[in-house]
Amino acid sequence: MRGLRKSYGSFEAVRGIDLEVEPGEIFAFLGPNGAGKTTTVEILEGYRERSGGEVAVLGQDPGNADRAWRARVGIVLQECRMEPVLTVRETLELWAGYYPNPRSVEETLELVGLAQKADDRAGHLSGGQQRRLDVGLALIGDPELLFLDEPTTGFDPAARRQFWDVIASLRDLGKTVFLTTHYMEEAQSLADRVAVIAKGTIVAVGTPDDLGGRAEEEATVRFRLPAGIEPADLPADVAGAAVERNGQLVVRDGDVVRLLNSLTGWALKRGVELDGLEVTRPTLEEIYLRLVGEEERA
Amino acid sequence: MTAAAGLVWHQLRFDVLVFWRSPASVFFTVLLPIIFLVIFQGLFGDESLPELGISVSTYYVPGILTLAIVSATTQSLAMNLTVDRESGRLKRVRATPLPAWVFVAGRVGNSFVTCVLMVVLVTAMGAVFYGVDVPTKTIPALLVSLLVIAFAFSSLGFALAAVIPSEESAAPIANVALLPLYFLSGVFIPESEIPDGVLKVAEVFPVRHAFEAMLTVFDPATTGAGFEWGNLAIVALWGIAGLLVALRAFRWAPRRP
Repeated sequence: MRGLRKSYGSFEAVRGIDLEVEPGEIFAFLGPNGAGKTTTVEILEGYRERSGGEVAVLGQDPGNADRAWRARVGIVLQECRMEPVLTVRETLELWAGYYPNPRSVEETLELVGLAQKADDRAGHLSGGQQRRLDVGLALIGDPELLFLDEPTTGFDPAARRQFWDVIASLRDLGKTVFLTTHYMEEAQSLADRVAVIAKGTIVAVGTPDDLGGRAEEEATVRFRLPAGIEPADLPADVAGAAVERNGQLVVRDGDVVRLLNSLTGWALKRGVELDGLEVTRPTLEEIYLRLVGEEERA
Repeated sequence: MTAAAGLVWHQLRFDVLVFWRSPASVFFTVLLPIIFLVIFQGLFGDESLPELGISVSTYYVPGILTLAIVSATTQSLAMNLTVDRESGRLKRVRATPLPAWVFVAGRVGNSFVTCVLMVVLVTAMGAVFYGVDVPTKTIPALLVSLLVIAFAFSSLGFALAAVIPSEESAAPIANVALLPLYFLSGVFIPESEIPDGVLKVAEVFPVRHAFEAMLTVFDPATTGAGFEWGNLAIVALWGIAGLLVALRAFRWAPRRP
């Protein structure tokens, strides 16, 4: 998509965004509520008309989607309750009938982990199971491209992990996945690339590991000072940069390799343990909040 | 069978399954009219209506049939389509290759199947328990009237769903729109007991005309084929108006924000 815009009256929800998603990629679309996320996705899905710009999804303008295009796209909406009186299998059979070349119902049940629940009514499923049924319906037509709009909102951590396994298995099937989420761990563990949208514009695009210069950011080294050792006993370069926080010494430095070498060399020579030693870079969440925060203040 | 007909059959099969598995649908659409039939026949069945020249037991068969047909179409469609819209199911179906008209055909088809069943059931009960003649001479008029009434009231169901804003308001709005019409139109109370002025008001609306068409079909004194073309034309006009409203205002996406 190029220069995509959408206005509601005088309010510009999407203010000219450019994005390209490669076939077979899992692409995460992040942004705070009201940033234009759902508006953008619904334009790509063909639900809303755009005010300007060019969009091609699977080579076609979703604004004039035909049946053949719909058969190649699977959609999971932010919220959808399935017909409660139909069983899981019946629901999948109903939807399979809508597509020219559907995937088999049994295979789809396995894929979304609902084989044990096949004969339960949809109304009796847990929230996580309903969501997996929803993904099953998006997959039953064997689409090339899948849209998932905040698929794990309201899940407990175990259900979320299970759901991630389902999405990861889609990667093995070669599907392209366009995922909106506001869970950073979700983007981190699933996505090949991430884009962050704030106030209708894209503020960063990249892999989860180097989004917003994350890979080059200063690292943080934390450890607990051994008993009987004063900060002044540490090697000079470590002591000079260290700050004590909650009983831990925290060192922030660009040259983490040299710093760790002198710290661990010193510890080995003195024969002391460095309890709780860890090296961290800013989390995706910290980077995200920084990116979104800058945009909100601007 | 062509692909389109196969798809309609596929959709219809599941719509019928969902209808019969939903306790609310079965109770309000199938059982309630039967309960009303039994109550009215039990209370007033032995009386006659000299002004109309028929017995009360004969009168209530087309009366309850009108109620059953309107329940199976307008009432049932308006409520179920609203729930389907607000739950996100309609929006979801829109994203599949299923053509919109096939979806509509499935729902209207299901309503029609229920209507036919209710005609058979109510007519059979009338004949077996209350000695009401089966209208053998007017069967073509019965079928044509049923067809016109069912399709017109189905489009009114889509129109009503289009203007109902939320799941919670579906039943109250449908009942406010329909319940008074059953009373005013002679469905619940014999029309000879209703003041002329009230019947004039009822004649603006389609329930009255649907009932008059059915009454003629079931009236043993009817001579000729029993077609009430005038009444059916007004019912059809309401159906067309409903269709226009539905085409303009029907939404697939939920209204709740």
